[in-house]
Amino acid sequence: MSKYYLNYLDELESEAIFVLREVWAQFDNPVILFSGGKDSILVTHLAKKAFYPAKIPFPLMHVDTGHNFPETIQFRDDIIKELGVQLIVGSVQESIDEGRVAEERGKNATRNALQITTLLDAIEANKIDCAIGGGRRDEEKARAKERFFSHRDDFGQWDPKNQRPELWNIFNGKHFEGEHFRAFPISNWTEMDVWNYIKRENIAIPSLYFAHEREVVWRQESWIPNSEFLVLEDHEEIVTKKIRFRTLGDITITGGIESDADTLEKIADEVSGMRQTERGNRSDDKRSESAMEDRKRQGYF
Amino acid sequence: MLDNNQLLRFTTAGSVDDGKSTLIGRLLYDSKSIFEDQLQAIENTSKKKGHEGVDLALFTDGLRDEREQGITIDVAYRYFTTPKRKFIIADTPGHIQYTRNMVTGASTANAAIILVDARHGVIEQTRRHSFIASLLQIPHVIVCINKMDLVDFSEEAYNKVIEQFEEFSSKMLVKDVRFIPISALLGDNVVNRSQNMDWYQGAPLLHTLETMHISSDINKVDARFPVQTVLRPQREGFIDYRGYAGRVASGVFRKGDEVTIMPSGFNSKIKSIDTLEGGLEEAFAPMSVSITLEDDIDISRGDMIVRSNNKPEASQDLEVMLCWLHNDAAKPRAKYTIRHTSNEQKAMIKEVVYKYDINSLERNMDDKELVMNDISKVKIRTTKPLMVDSYRENRTTGSIILVDDATNETVAAGMIV
Repeated sequence: MSKYYLNYLDELESEAIFVLREVWAQFDNPVILFSGGKDSILVTHLAKKAFYPAKIPFPLMHVDTGHNFPETIQFRDDIIKELGVQLIVGSVQESIDEGRVAEERGKNATRNALQITTLLDAIEANKIDCAIGGGRRDEEKARAKERFFSHRDDFGQWDPKNQRPELWNIFNGKHFEGEHFRAFPISNWTEMDVWNYIKRENIAIPSLYFAHEREVVWRQESWIPNSEFLVLEDHEEIVTKKIRFRTLGDITITGGIESDADTLEKIADEVSGMRQTERGNRSDDKRSESAMEDRKRQGYF
Repeated sequence: MLDNNQLLRFTTAGSVDDGKSTLIGRLLYDSKSIFEDQLQAIENTSKKKGHEGVDLALFTDGLRDEREQGITIDVAYRYFTTPKRKFIIADTPGHIQYTRNMVTGASTANAAIILVDARHGVIEQTRRHSFIASLLQIPHVIVCINKMDLVDFSEEAYNKVIEQFEEFSSKMLVKDVRFIPISALLGDNVVNRSQNMDWYQGAPLLHTLETMHISSDINKVDARFPVQTVLRPQREGFIDYRGYAGRVASGVFRKGDEVTIMPSGFNSKIKSIDTLEGGLEEAFAPMSVSITLEDDIDISRGDMIVRSNNKPEASQDLEVMLCWLHNDAAKPRAKYTIRHTSNEQKAMIKEVVYKYDINSLERNMDDKELVMNDISKVKIRTTKPLMVDSYRENRTTGSIILVDDATNETVAAGMIV
């Protein structure tokens, strides 16, 4: 090899591996927050690379809202078996049953915000000092200011105006008991980078990302999947469409787009021509200008 | 597609009025990196605020407090890709009280864009931004002379700014300085070549960013490998495996290279360079790999593997250009934790040699206090030796941070002289 520079995907990969190894070196009890979405799958794939030939040295943690796509749960269980790592599940249903949180009411009620309590409870119960997430700075404007190592106080809260400066690649994960960190190894990746890399590495992802026939209803500018949790309104009608999902969240709020992209190649092509951000189909982000910032301050992913 | 495309990180410093947000908005908009729903949101806000047309500056607004105050208070990162390169923008505020954010944004940048208002020429702030770019050794500086539309696209105005800039920048250490006359508001020479300035023969800003040579920005001579962690799989096929995981900070390592482990000074040879995809013949900066050695040596995090014929200095006494980042002033002779690559020791600021007046850029030999945003030359003593290079030679092994043990906060960042 005569050229001594990396192309941008290799550089992003190397940066993410560096961050994951820093997490392992600086914390006692880290976990990967695993949602079954492409970003957390990517982080898990990068962790495999970071520690090879050793196994990934920390568990995956899933915050289960109970409103899942069945495909996501199957995918999660398969990957746990393949990697031979431990799975920790935080259950929103249990938080509800224990009276820690109450279901939202009203037309667009979701369990999205309820996850915050479950997540923080699980972090506390398992004495986790760093939760590694698949958050990217290009996703949303509050996330554009995230650090690689992001401090959370003992209430799990983020203080965006008082973040630790992060210079060069020197990360400061020092913390007091009860506080924890969030680490974001793929901070600098964009949606397009993620797809180009998944394609290049041929990483397995849930079938939901590929175009498939599904029963859906048109709501808030996107196709919401039919499920046992869906409450139809008078004017709404269930139809069958060929769709795929750009992001995966709760089945109740994740909107699909009409698409014929049924291979990684076609998806990457489709994404490169997209004129809408991927979170444009997430009703949780549509609530207000600062919806994400407000949730993040409280401890959201 | 994009197989050999490199990543370029650049920083933009500027204040509310010099058009920085508009420039970034323009770069993103004209390179088609703004999505329709984002544009829609900006259009709505522009209308609500009673602005005419779309205010591109709104695109870079981040946190709620900033939207309310109309200023940027922290570093925000933006991304865009062209068929030639992927770009990361560290968008930093330019007010004097945010020097620390500028330093943060500059720390990882290949290039800095410095905006000058064509009507006002070089001002205090321009000098400050250039000084920080030089201090942080950003390899390339692009001075964008903005608002050319407000000076009738006059070549004379442009030349005057260049003259002013060169007058004060001669003392600085930036290797590559370029000047581009632009109008961020109208788009002249940002992405597309200006129709209004035939006298300008150079390339527009985006083309400059796409084509500048950045492969030699990283030191490829001095082989340095700070060990992050030790990999001991203890599973079938790898029972005796002992790999040193890290990212090559600079230079190139090859299989069979004679290496020295610092600070212990033991010598060995590189047995293998491993990745999940298999073994490599060589690894160069900034690759993340796992290195195994021929000999069984006790190595742990904080140690550094280097080529035996090219070692960094092992030193407990450092001269450092220090930027104070925290609200609490430095405590005289207090102990701090010092972080240098993956190494961590205790350290004490023994002496403040001088402090820069950030406006006049003159050295103040009398003021010894270190408060937020101060940039000073200091002497630091560490409890154990660090394996250092000068920052000018090596941005990775020449940089440090200080952490206050009482609060765990990062209080200072330094460049080893």
